[in-house]
Amino acid sequence: MKNRQLAIFLSGLGLGMLSLAFASKPLYDTFCRITGFGGTTQIAEQAPADVLDREVTVRFDANVVDTPLSFRTLQTNMPIYLGEHGLAFFEITNTSDSDVKVIASYNVTPHKAGRFFNKLECFCFEERTISAGDTKKLPVVFFIDPSLDQERNLDDVRTITLSYTYFEADAFAGAAKTASLN
Amino acid sequence: MPMDELTADHAHDDHDHRPGFFKRWFLSTNHKDIGTLYLVFALIAGVVGYSLSGLIRLELAEPGIGPMSQLMQFFGAQAGDEAIEQAKQFYNVVITYHGLIMIFFMVMPALIGGFGNWFVPLMIGAPDMAFPRMNNISFWLTVAAFALLMLSLFTPSGTGGNGFGGGWVLYPPLSSLKGHPGPAMDLLILSLHTAGIASILGAINFIVTILNMRAPGMTLHNMPLFSWSILVTAVLLLLALPVLAGALTMLLTDRNFGSQFFDPSGGGDPIMFQHLFWFFGHPEVYIMILPAFGLVSHIISTFSNKPIFGYLGMAYAMVSIGAIGFIVWAHHMYTVGMPSDMKAYFVAATMVIAVPTGIKIFSWIATMWGGSISFEVPMVWAIGFIFLFTVGGVTGVVLANAGIDHALHDTYYVVAHFHYVLSLGAVFGLFAGWYYWFEKMFGVKYNKTLGLAHFWTMFIGSNVLFFPQHFLGLNGMPRRYIDYADGFALWHYWSSIGYAITMVGTVIFFVSLVEAAIRRRKAEANPWGPGANTLEWTLPSPPPFHQFNELPVIEPDKAH
Repeated sequence: MKNRQLAIFLSGLGLGMLSLAFASKPLYDTFCRITGFGGTTQIAEQAPADVLDREVTVRFDANVVDTPLSFRTLQTNMPIYLGEHGLAFFEITNTSDSDVKVIASYNVTPHKAGRFFNKLECFCFEERTISAGDTKKLPVVFFIDPSLDQERNLDDVRTITLSYTYFEADAFAGAAKTASLN
Repeated sequence: MPMDELTADHAHDDHDHRPGFFKRWFLSTNHKDIGTLYLVFALIAGVVGYSLSGLIRLELAEPGIGPMSQLMQFFGAQAGDEAIEQAKQFYNVVITYHGLIMIFFMVMPALIGGFGNWFVPLMIGAPDMAFPRMNNISFWLTVAAFALLMLSLFTPSGTGGNGFGGGWVLYPPLSSLKGHPGPAMDLLILSLHTAGIASILGAINFIVTILNMRAPGMTLHNMPLFSWSILVTAVLLLLALPVLAGALTMLLTDRNFGSQFFDPSGGGDPIMFQHLFWFFGHPEVYIMILPAFGLVSHIISTFSNKPIFGYLGMAYAMVSIGAIGFIVWAHHMYTVGMPSDMKAYFVAATMVIAVPTGIKIFSWIATMWGGSISFEVPMVWAIGFIFLFTVGGVTGVVLANAGIDHALHDTYYVVAHFHYVLSLGAVFGLFAGWYYWFEKMFGVKYNKTLGLAHFWTMFIGSNVLFFPQHFLGLNGMPRRYIDYADGFALWHYWSSIGYAITMVGTVIFFVSLVEAAIRRRKAEANPWGPGANTLEWTLPSPPPFHQFNELPVIEPDKAH
């Protein structure tokens, strides 16, 4: 190749890597969703047919970040058989005098259990608005995939903690940034 | 700068035309002049980065927050809490900029921009780089990037104090609006973008030069190993730096335009930054060490009076180090909570790198074996390099194990490890190259006694400086802390003593520059004898402004 052609080819390679860096965002999301990486939970359409005689304790955890909300679980833990349906409730209260639009992020620990933790229905799937002073009871319906029992790596799993964190949606603080300059 | 004067003085020795001062040094398109500029630049940036590490060692010499809080009081903070709080931020800023300056503005410009520009065209028998004007752009963008970084050091952090204090790895949320809302971080991002563009342009230039402009008869398989090392380095730069640029751009838009790549409230993930950063960051450490590998091979071969042992193995060891370097990044982040299978993979892949690295170490030793060795100044630096790099490599194999790393992550053991491979490895390689090519570049001789004194003070000093840090780390001293429990005091004290010894070494280095500039002993074309058989030694010292107007022809058996 001539110098110029080779240089153009190499620049293309560099640009390719740059676009790969940006493509990593959707790839990373997809990867987490499929593999349960980082404790990403799964979404299921229907519950499995069989229930195994292995019990796991599901613990619940509720957090909020920078929002005028109080958010708590209505049960701390729940023993459940693999494949069995679980129904848990959380409670969210808007303590401020204006409506707050919120969105949750969530995962389970240990992370390796993410692939087997299935939600049939969850309050966390959508953004929601909590009106001023309002209290809402939020349900989650879940089960643990019985195939967990066949994974040697998960033999030590006796407890799975399901954790939610509520954030204010669209909380970009560009204005806060300029204000806080010293 | 002494070397400017040195080269300028010898302008009349050559019968070719040289442009005037401004045109020659500011609008330069000559690979040798740009190489010199890079070296001068790296020297200046190195002094800044080295002074910052002096502040670190001064502060850590004794427990408690002392010197830095006094410094803050000197700059107007009130004694007591205010000075202490400012000192903490300042300490974080100092370690951050020390790292960034040493990596992006000292080691890389010196080894790649400096020696790469000077000697790749000479060694492969090319008249200049493929794109001389792009070469000029690369250099001045690097200078601009350094200026931006220095500017960011004096720009509000947004958390009280100036500069960005989140460590050179720039992890969010410390680097996002939450951690550092001020413009210091934005300037830092701009600086690294600029430095990145400069390096990518430089990398393209090197690849095209090496692939297209070798002298007739020089195939890739008999090209000097230093050119091989620069070729591999350039490919790594071209593939790794755009990923850093991407991650930095995401950080920038997160900070300024409301995107949420790394913000969990918008579905982002701060861990993704760590993956992107280390996908760049791990090849980056090989970018820093491979050129040193290349030039050490020449030095060992020259002063053992033998061709390098296992030439092809040496070349392909570098290629495989570069290739494997792209698939081991997560060993920097074992503690983020990845599955054990994944850890097992990254442990295994990381350990595999010890194989090509071992090939290199053993081949250097095998080159020396049975050779007629002369312990000239570059040779002692090169042997020092091999020893220190091996120590760093051994602790690297220790740290590669996820189980051990969980205990040692972010401790001084890690600090000791990467300073053995970089501060001692890459920098000793750099000085080996400096003393090997000094006469060739500047046309005058240096004082050998001073060169040896420089070596021994640096060798003893940096070992006293960094070896005790292994003990600190094994005892649980975390990195990036301004203060520590009294139990760590002894080895921190010795570490600071080590720094003082290296200061003596640095003074000797500058004395040797001044001595060489004053005495002006005329250099020989080849001071090292028959062992030095690469093309640069066939030219006078310094080489003519334009060389190889008639391309040298390489006979098949007379290579490397």
